[in-house]
Amino acid sequence: MLVDTSGTYSQELDKAQRVVSYMLGTLKSGDSMAVARVKSRSFSEKDIIAKVTLSKDPMQINGQKRDFAHKIGIFKADLKKGSAYTDITGGIIQAAEFLNETGAGQKTILIFSDMQEELDYKTVRDFPIDLKGIRIIALNVTKLTTDNVDPRRYLGRLEWWEKRARSAGATDWRVVNDLEHLERIFKGRG
Amino acid sequence: MEILHALIIWPDKLLLSLLVLFFIAVPILYGARQAMHSLLQAVFRAAGNPLRLLSHWLFKTAEVLHERNKQVLLARGREEVSHSIVKEFEHVTSLVDRDLHGYPALQRKLMDEITRIEEEFQKCGEVPPPPPEWTKAVAAIAKIKPSSDGLVERILEDISNSIDEIYERVIAEYRESAKQRHDILKGFMPFWRSVDRTLKRVDKDLTGMQQSAAKIDEQVEKYKQIHAKSEKAEHSLTSSSTILFVISVLAIMIAAGGAFVNFWLIERPMAAMVGGSEYIVGDIQASYLAAMVIIFFETLMGLFLMESLGYTHLFPLNNINNRMRRWLVWISFSILLILAGVEVALAVMRDMIISADVALKQELAGGAVMTGAVTNAWALNIPKAAQMILGFTLPFALAFVAIPLEYLIHSGRAVFGALLVLGIRGLGFAMRFLSSMVRQIGKGTEYLYDAIIFLPLIIERAVLNRAPRQAVQPSGSSRNVAAFPKHGEHVL
Repeated sequence: MLVDTSGTYSQELDKAQRVVSYMLGTLKSGDSMAVARVKSRSFSEKDIIAKVTLSKDPMQINGQKRDFAHKIGIFKADLKKGSAYTDITGGIIQAAEFLNETGAGQKTILIFSDMQEELDYKTVRDFPIDLKGIRIIALNVTKLTTDNVDPRRYLGRLEWWEKRARSAGATDWRVVNDLEHLERIFKGRG
Repeated sequence: MEILHALIIWPDKLLLSLLVLFFIAVPILYGARQAMHSLLQAVFRAAGNPLRLLSHWLFKTAEVLHERNKQVLLARGREEVSHSIVKEFEHVTSLVDRDLHGYPALQRKLMDEITRIEEEFQKCGEVPPPPPEWTKAVAAIAKIKPSSDGLVERILEDISNSIDEIYERVIAEYRESAKQRHDILKGFMPFWRSVDRTLKRVDKDLTGMQQSAAKIDEQVEKYKQIHAKSEKAEHSLTSSSTILFVISVLAIMIAAGGAFVNFWLIERPMAAMVGGSEYIVGDIQASYLAAMVIIFFETLMGLFLMESLGYTHLFPLNNINNRMRRWLVWISFSILLILAGVEVALAVMRDMIISADVALKQELAGGAVMTGAVTNAWALNIPKAAQMILGFTLPFALAFVAIPLEYLIHSGRAVFGALLVLGIRGLGFAMRFLSSMVRQIGKGTEYLYDAIIFLPLIIERAVLNRAPRQAVQPSGSSRNVAAFPKHGEHVL
């Protein structure tokens, strides 16, 4: 799960924490999960806040989940200011690498962001990426002030990301904005 | 299409070209009529005859299969009826052994008691002995007329007193004797009741034997019908097999529901034991397989238990002796008991896992773990107890699936056999229908051919009819040659 910590979106961390808690509740033994932050440049292991692969012992699993939730809580408490830029692509590449390393049968990247990518002039991200066998779900894609002026910007942004994800080989693309029904995230999961 | 275009003489006058082509083709077609008819017949016969042969073969196969099914059905019915008759005879034997064994002694006792009763009754019925001879003397004295003679009066008075005394004594003795007889009769009441009860029991036993005899008669009648291979017996057996099959399927479905509940009861703790993240094939987790193996193992032990107890006869266990059979009973029962115990333990473990999960979710949701919220702690144990009871009883309940399974296998043979016969007959009918259709299409094609060359055929008919009858008609024939054959007639 990629959590956008740039600019004003960093105020949405409470919701992100709720999503993480929900996700932890659904994880089963053998499942892997990692939460990474999206900031000015996100293609780095240092941006992974917490990661876990649940063991076989159910009692140990609960402990692992508690630790994970604790790390997210600390991260949330420590975050004072949002980053200047938003490197979503870098985060996605990092997440895809992590998922491919786990060797999981089903791979999903959750992007908790407004999907507005902003890069500094040195950062290069305009190249094809590989998301084969990975499902992408954008969560809580909030509307920006400019989107309110012209909704086509918002729709166009989502369309652009969907096109990019699918052309990169993603098996699915979905947007879930209703965080009251988080079970929809994995609706139809095999 | 290119050939057709090439044949058109005047491409700009299509109709005329076609007409000219038609008139050119008709004499050729007329000339080739006999050969074409033969060709068409050969072609359609080549298509129709294999279908007819196939249909014939299918009907024959259906007949053979039906006969085979009948034999199997009758053999099964014979076996069942024989078994029922043997069972009834065993019942009668046990009745005779149990109830009629002591009948000679009982009869002797009854006769003795009845003789005693008769004797006692005879005694009870005895009249008092007649008055002694001296009563005649008293009667003679009583005829003496009273006189003033004091001696006579005195004698009479003495006699009167003596008689009164004797009379009182006799009466007392008589009363005493009657009382004794009444006492004897009173003492006989319990015996009478006992005799009544014994006779009722005898009556009941005899009625039971009569009923068994009636059942045996009924079964023997059925056996005779089966032996005679009558249609009635076959229909009766098929009908009962179908009913049994349906009932067995229902019972198996209910058992499958039980197995499904059992599966979900043990799957989660099994995931903790064998690892929930392990996959065997595709999406099938190792824990699913482990849980299923336990359930299948329980069912297998149930089958063995029922088999060794003699409730089912799925395996050839007739060769083993009773001692071995008892061993088999105890072994299968012990394993089943152990598995039931394992399921109880798994149920407890499942409850613990669920409780821990609920607590974790509450914690993750930001709420405090509800420890003191429920004041009635015993209420929390109800689901756990229910799971434990289910875990213990379901393996034993699954054991009983052996009985419907046996009936399903036996009745399934008859039902599927009948369905197969029906299917083969249906296929045979379809083949025959197709064969008939092919033949009719062949005939229709010949008629169509003749319809295209109708003009030369009419001319031929006219020429032949105008010619002398002798020349036209072959010897022995009195018919005119028709331009078109009648229905079902070929002109070659």
